[in-house]
Amino acid sequence: MVLITPSRSLLLIALVLLALFPLTGSTFYIQLGAKILIMAIFALSLDLLVGHTGLVSFGHAAYFGLAAYALALISPKYEPANVWMTLPLSMAIAAFAALVIGFFVLRTTGVYFIMVTLAFAQMLYSVFHDTQLGGGSDGIYIYVRPELTIAGFKPLDLESPLQFYYFVLILLILVYGFLKRILQAPFGRALAGIRLNEQRMRSIGFPIFGYKLGAFVIAGALAGLAGYLAACQFGFVNPDILAWQQSGTVLMMVILGGMGRLHGAVLGALAYVLLQEILSAPAIVGVFAKHWQLPMGSLIVIIALVFPRGIGGIFDVALRRYRTAVQTPTQ
Amino acid sequence: MFYLIQLLNALQYGLLLFLLSSGLTLIFGIMGVINLAHGSFYMIGAYLAYWLAKLTGNLWLAIPIGVVITLGIGGLLETTIIRRLYRRDHLYQVLITFGLILIFEELRSILFGNDVHGVTIPAALNYSIPLTDTLSYPVYRLFVTGVCLVIAALLYWVIYNTRIGMMIRAGNSNREMAAALGVNVPLLFAWVFAVGTALAGFAGAIAAPISSVFPGMGNQILIICFVVVVIGGIGSINGAMIASVAIGLADTLGKVIAAEYSAIAVYLVMALILLWRPQGIANRA
Repeated sequence: MVLITPSRSLLLIALVLLALFPLTGSTFYIQLGAKILIMAIFALSLDLLVGHTGLVSFGHAAYFGLAAYALALISPKYEPANVWMTLPLSMAIAAFAALVIGFFVLRTTGVYFIMVTLAFAQMLYSVFHDTQLGGGSDGIYIYVRPELTIAGFKPLDLESPLQFYYFVLILLILVYGFLKRILQAPFGRALAGIRLNEQRMRSIGFPIFGYKLGAFVIAGALAGLAGYLAACQFGFVNPDILAWQQSGTVLMMVILGGMGRLHGAVLGALAYVLLQEILSAPAIVGVFAKHWQLPMGSLIVIIALVFPRGIGGIFDVALRRYRTAVQTPTQ
Repeated sequence: MFYLIQLLNALQYGLLLFLLSSGLTLIFGIMGVINLAHGSFYMIGAYLAYWLAKLTGNLWLAIPIGVVITLGIGGLLETTIIRRLYRRDHLYQVLITFGLILIFEELRSILFGNDVHGVTIPAALNYSIPLTDTLSYPVYRLFVTGVCLVIAALLYWVIYNTRIGMMIRAGNSNREMAAALGVNVPLLFAWVFAVGTALAGFAGAIAAPISSVFPGMGNQILIICFVVVVIGGIGSINGAMIASVAIGLADTLGKVIAAEYSAIAVYLVMALILLWRPQGIANRA
């Protein structure tokens, strides 16, 4: 029997809302929705490292951007690429990069880890920025979105914003379920142990390095999935996609939503993208729209100083109150 | 001759990196704060030099005034925000200082726009020493190298030969013990932070005539400084010195061998050092 708990019902409500959201109609909002879902996948992948393994990676955009470039570089110019071929390949490239970089960066801990992940991501940035491999600083266009065909049958047409939205939504649900599953599995419990007390886990006999590297590679592959989808949606890739601002942004999403909770990453992506959209809309903030980073930066400072547990933390408090209210018989 | 020029350039770049990374490494070693906004002070110093030089028409006046202003901004930032971060997790330090970068960059964009601005080299130093028929070396770069050497020597002297330096070293190796022995830790922290940022500002100001001032200039150099700190070992002035010069050489050598891939050379050096000594060359494991 499936228990109906407040958190499960909230999740179900969220899912129904996400599925029904495109009924609002406007293409602009559907595309904005798809962007939020893509960033949610990206934030989920980072939460596996930051929230669940205790590894603060400040170079997570590298894998996001690498997969986006992979799609741009392997797509034929005027014909659609095949999703079944390009998606696994792009994710594999991101995963492989995470494997190689992880091999180096996981030798360090704490603040070294933050700086070294940042430095390696910046190395990839300068590769794409300085060389002509991916069109230099101008980037590359993807003129035609990849096609999803199974033996001549096309279940979803990714050129349509509505169908692309559902494609991303399905992938988000799969990623969410996958992460939920591995976090409950022994692998995820080991990661939690590493986050809480690495020394103790090592003395019990866990191969710490292997577990961390495993998490790093999974996170890299999932970030690659998000990057692939972002490249599909925007039809354009340039070095900014793997710049460190992007790494900072996704880290902010994880914190904003409340790290260590999967729904937190999704909430954080939603809140951040909406906030950015509002702060950079001339219709709402007038001439300040051009300088949206000023209020955004101030908000980041204030939120990190005052609400270190993010929106998810606020939800948790509300849920706990609800539970206590249900359990305590009313007098 | 060509290699002499490259060697001088490497030395000049390396010493400039030292001015930045010595502050960064001390701030981390003493206060345990990872300050992403350190690069912003390099930018602030450069833009102040550009603006004040235009205002006063004299770079020699602009640089000291700019450094004093940077010192003030650094001190103000320490007492308002950075002070709250000492006991916080690195993750929040990263986020808050990341937010500060966004604020500083946007303020720069509002005040000075997004164009690249040149800063004129003062007339007294605006000539080149001819080396061969076709090659010559600008005196201003030699001047920068010299000034950086003087500052570095001063820094060494302060840290290893004065009472303040003793407190800094004590704070670096054991914060609580230093506090228990009567060091006014909050005051010491505020000054180390402010002087560290002023050093970054000074580096930006003297580099401005060479590199000109442009958006994002602080972030670009910040990441290289991280590489220096990682290679040298956190909290180590000696390590920062060796690593700065090594990175200066790697970068210049990279530019000579394969210009497009020069940025990668720096990171390759870092990767190799990580394999060999993950704790940095100057720190014991």
